[in-house]
Formats: sequence, C-alpha cells, structure tokens
Amino acid sequence: MSCCCNGTCDLSLLKDVLEKYKNIPGSLITVLQKVQELYGYLPQDALRHVAAELNIPPATVFGVATFYTQFRFQPVGKYLILLCQGTACHVNSSLKIERAIHEELEIEDGQTTKDGLFTLKNVACLGCCSLSPVMMINEDTYGNLTPDKTKNILKDLREAQA
Amino acid sequence: MKIAVGQGSCGTAAGAGKVYNLLEKAIEENKLNTELTITGCIGMCFLEPIVDIYLDDGSLKRLVKVSEKDIPAIAEFTKTNDFDIIAGLEVTDEDNSFLTQQTRIALRHCGLINPEIIEDYMADKGYNAFKKSLTMTPEAVIDEIKISGLAGRGGAGFPTWFKWDAARKSPGEVKYLICNADEGDPGAFMDRAIIESDPHNLIEGMLIAAYAIGAKNVVVYVRAEYPLAIARLQKAIEQAKVAGFVGENILGTNFNCDFTIKAGAGAFVCGEETALIESLEGHRGMPRLKPPFPAQSGFWLKPSNINNVETFANVPWIMLNGGPAFAAMGTEDSKGTKVFALTGKIKRGGLVEIPMGKTLNDVIFKIGGGIRDGGKFKGVQMGGPSGGCIPAELGDTIIDYKKLNETGAIMGSGGMVVMDENTCMVSMAKFFLDFTAKESCGKCIHCRIGTKRLLEILERICIGQGRQGDIELMEDLCNEIKSGSLCGLGQTAPNPVLSTIRYFRNEYEAHINDHKCPACECTELLTFKIDAEKCTGCTLCKRKCPVDAITGDVRKPHTIDFEKCIQCGKCKEVCRFDAVLVS
Repeated sequence: MSCCCNGTCDLSLLKDVLEKYKNIPGSLITVLQKVQELYGYLPQDALRHVAAELNIPPATVFGVATFYTQFRFQPVGKYLILLCQGTACHVNSSLKIERAIHEELEIEDGQTTKDGLFTLKNVACLGCCSLSPVMMINEDTYGNLTPDKTKNILKDLREAQA
Repeated sequence: MKIAVGQGSCGTAAGAGKVYNLLEKAIEENKLNTELTITGCIGMCFLEPIVDIYLDDGSLKRLVKVSEKDIPAIAEFTKTNDFDIIAGLEVTDEDNSFLTQQTRIALRHCGLINPEIIEDYMADKGYNAFKKSLTMTPEAVIDEIKISGLAGRGGAGFPTWFKWDAARKSPGEVKYLICNADEGDPGAFMDRAIIESDPHNLIEGMLIAAYAIGAKNVVVYVRAEYPLAIARLQKAIEQAKVAGFVGENILGTNFNCDFTIKAGAGAFVCGEETALIESLEGHRGMPRLKPPFPAQSGFWLKPSNINNVETFANVPWIMLNGGPAFAAMGTEDSKGTKVFALTGKIKRGGLVEIPMGKTLNDVIFKIGGGIRDGGKFKGVQMGGPSGGCIPAELGDTIIDYKKLNETGAIMGSGGMVVMDENTCMVSMAKFFLDFTAKESCGKCIHCRIGTKRLLEILERICIGQGRQGDIELMEDLCNEIKSGSLCGLGQTAPNPVLSTIRYFRNEYEAHINDHKCPACECTELLTFKIDAEKCTGCTLCKRKCPVDAITGDVRKPHTIDFEKCIQCGKCKEVCRFDAVLVS
C-alpha cells in the first residue's frame, strides 16, 4: 500500500469527519466511506489514524476495510470502469466485454493503465439487468454493450483526454 | 399537457437524462405551454428511454425508445396535437401487454408519479394508510397483516406478522425497525426500482411497521451501488418530516419515529439479518448464532425487526384495502403478488408484478414475449445464487413458495434469469459458485472452504479435466456445505450445483466423459474449423488471430491449425460470412 499524496498523507483532511463521527457508535464503515471519498482510496496512514482517533485496534479497522468490496487500497485511475458481472450480464456475454477492455487497455480486473487513466473493476451487479451487458464509468452507465461498442467508448474517453 | 420522462437508473443508462435536457430546451425555445416532469421506472426496461405525454383530456400517449432525433417531433406534436407525427414512437399493443397483464401493488406508483414530489404520492391516497393505522391499536395492525398472509419478499418467505408480533412482544423500551435494501442478489433490481420510483410508499410502509412493533428508530440499509436510490430516499424522508409524518408527536399522537440511512459497503452476506446488524454496528458482516433472534436481541442487542423493501411496499396497500383483499390473490400457501426481475435471454425484460399462482411459462412467454433472437427456452434461474435452475420441461410450475421449493429452486428475492440453448449449465453453476465462494464471510469452514473446493471441481470440468466420480463428489460436498453452515448463504450456496445436476446431468457427463460442451460455451472444449465453401478468403480472421493459427492466401479458403488454436473465438467473432464452425 502506498499513499497518493507525495509519499505522505494529509491527515488533516480527516479532522471534520472524525470530529463528527467520533462519538457515534457503529460509525466505522461510514468513516471509511468518507475517507475513501477524500483520498479516492484508503491510504494505510489514514487507516492507522482512524484507528487511533476512534480508539479501535488497527487490526479491527483493517479487518472491516478488507471485508467489504467497496473499499480499495490502491489509488484508481481517472476513469473507474465498473464492469457488471451479474447473472444477466453473464448470460449476455459480459466475458467478451471484459476481453475487449483487456484488448483495448491491457488491464485486468483490479489493475490500472500505465498512464493512470483507467482502472477496471468487476462488480457483482449494477442493477441495470435489462440493459445487460452493462458497465459504469465514473457516474455514467453504458448498456447493451458489444466488444466494438466498448472499445469505441474507451477510445473516445482517451481521445477526449488528449 | 404534461410530459414525464422515466428517470430510473435503467432509463438514465439508456439516455433518458439527455432526452429530458433536450426536451427542456425544446420547450423553452418554442415557448410551449407544456409541463415537463420526471417519473421513476415503469419497469418496461426493454423500451427505455420512455416519454409519457399526458394530454389535457387525461389520456396518455406513451412514447418508447426515444432518442435525440425524436425531440423535434415531440415538440411539434405538443404544438399541433397531430398524432401522426408521433405515431411511430408510440408503444405497440403487443409491447404494452407486458404491463396490462400485470397486477401492481408494490409497484403501483412506479413510473406514474414523480418520486421527488410528496404531493404526487399524496394525490393517490398517500399516507392515508398510515393515518388509518394510527387510529388502530398496534395489535390490530398486526392482525390485519396476519389476515393478508403477507410473507417476507426478501427470500425466506417468513410470515411478516409473526416477526412483527415477536418484536412487539419483546420486552424493552428501545426497539429498532430495519429495512434491508441491500439488494445483493445479482439479477434482481426491484428494490432499487421501488426506492427510486416510489420512496414515499416505502417510508409509509416502514412507518406502519414501526408503529406496530413500537419502534422509534428506523434504519434503512441501502447498497452504496445505488446512489440515486439513496438520494431520492433522503429527499423523501425530509419531505415526510416537513409534512409531519416523521419526527416527534406524529400527526398529534404520542408516536415518535426517526429515520437513518446507512449505506452498505458491498457484501452479499449482509442480506442475512444478523450479518446486516453486525454491519450496521460497524463490524465485518458476519452472521451471529441464532437464537437469540433479532426480535429478541438485534441491533445494539435491542429487539429489532428486519424486512425487505418489497415487503414494506405492500403494507400501505394492505392497510388501505384490507387484509382479505390481499389474501384473495394468490394460492393456498402464498398470498398476494410478487415482483420479478425478468432478465437474460428474454425478449421483453423488466419488472413484472403478478399474483402468485401464475406459471413460469405465463411470465416468460405471455408477459416476457419468449426468448430473444428466436432462441429456444432452456431453463430459468430463480432466486439468484441461493436458488436453482428450473428446466423448460417444468415451465408449467406454479409460482408460489412451496411449488418453487419443490423444484430445488426458491422464490428468493425474485430474480428470474432466462437462459436459452447457448447457455452452458455447468458454466452457470461455476458462475454462481465463483460468486458465493468470493462472498462467503469465512466464519463457517464448510462454507469458506467447501465452496472453494466445489468451484475448483467445476473449473476443472469446464476445461475438460473432469474426472469420473466428480458428480458424486460434488453432491456429497454440497450436502456437507448445506448442513455445516450457520446462515442462509452457506445453506443455499450449493443449490445452483444441485439443481443443475438434477436437471442437466447429461451436460455434466458430456463435459466429463466426452470433453464436450453441448452449449458451445466452454471455450477450452471447443474446436474451431473454417467452412471452405463459405470462406471468401478475406483474410480478416487471419489478421485478427492472436496466435497466428490461421493460414491461407487471399481469396482462397483459410484453415485453422488445431495445435496452435487457443479457442479464443476471435475468428468467429470477426467473420462476416459465418464461415467459422464451432463444435
């Protein structure tokens, strides 16, 4: 695990969050969600800081953080691709979409492109089953995908960047 | 005239947001006297984006698959009222039969009202059921639910009144009502649709339940993957507060009730009530030993009652129309209606609410329109990773809790994924086991390690390394996992394997004995060949082959070198002449 902020974490960002939730029991998951909103992932330093401030053993904090699929321990690219691998998408060939993404970006599940632009993450279900296969890139959902359509979407995003 | 654009998650994904913005612009530019509003999800996902035009006489014109290029026509129509302009966009009678064959209770407002405006909900007797309940004793409310026969819609199908009654009778001042909106079952999205499209109905259902069990605190546990649902629910709770339905001394009574929303962090096991409670308390979502049941000792060890979204969504209707009206629908064992998320290889996919007692074929063929692209119906997966595959031969099975259980599947939360002859059942079982093995919380050894071993066997079979005795080994392992697991996840994880072995044993045998995949899905077991008569020698496949396994000159038939071929299927995918044969 490494930290994004030039090697050190700006822990002062956490002040408000910790202040707000410190005395509300059972808030650890909410706090971790806020930490991830702030940094884009859960930096190790921040987790230790949360543990100390909330007076919870670091092992417990790490235990909770690693239990839930929402939490990440590595920074993600500018575009986070959530590729749905739910049942409906599976039946409608989401594996072909995964392969198309791999061909276009040369990344697999959990990896980030070398230029730091795209991260691919397989997810269980986005709940848009009727549009399967589906992926979400940041806030936008793309449905009825084909391998070619997927590649074009990625190409467009990359070109918009250049 | 009023125009409503369907803006659920599916509609938005299909481009409803863009359509709305363009309509807004068109109305402004043309200075049209038209009200533009949004609505939730009508459930006809296969026709999104949907634009509803309510004419001044109250009649409705429903336009489907609306895209950017249709905006000028719609603007023109609002000016001239000339139906011919939009005739091509209107929903066909056949497609509309998807809706007309349904009986909607939980979904009764979905796609018809604006979910972000409380007045829209109030206009259709909204919160009247809650007002009526406040005039009754909590016991009388529970009795009404008992008469209705409502059972938990989240999966287990446990009688709702029984849970409420147990929580009510549990001693203690502080009690909690929890709504399970952690819809983790891949292939089910009715809870998302209800929250996004009719949040006040859910809130009203929860208020009635809170009153019945004597809870002052309601906690809604929603998946973090549903940001729109969370936002709309938050907004609705605030509106209900302003209207005096939530807070202190509600409607002049001494009943107090407050709402909290907690965003889940992604764990399928949190659908289990005690795991959900652990998660609410900020821990790893690992199930507790039962008893004590949540009704005795749940959230913060206080009496708690947990129901799922769809269960609550039925409650206001029952209180308004009476328990007997609800119980009049359905079968001996299962009362009322159930919502299904119809997806997969189906022509018309979306949300279907029907009275219990219809058959699977009714839903798949009459409502869903049958199999997409002229395929043949092979089976339907009911109940997600905890459920099972029901084969086409059993399509006449009646939908109720008991009859579905007899097939080896379950009602579950209502996921209905339809499969055609191109779906490999062994691969399907592998897919579900991959899911449950990853989602096992790890507390019970049989679930943690058993699902992993089961998955490994299935993976072997799918790449042609199945062994004699594998089927029996899996059956044995399945029974061990079922009996050695604490919660529903482990107890039901083997169901997809057991049900596919039961109904599609020949497919397992073909994989193991002949190293063949009858559905041509397991790529490692396929052989690719080029049909010399169809091949035009365009060289496209040769250029695309990642391992240079294809040879041949321009305009002459190509051939594939079996030794080099890695069965990636790229050649078949790119061939424009259908010349690549798979066996």
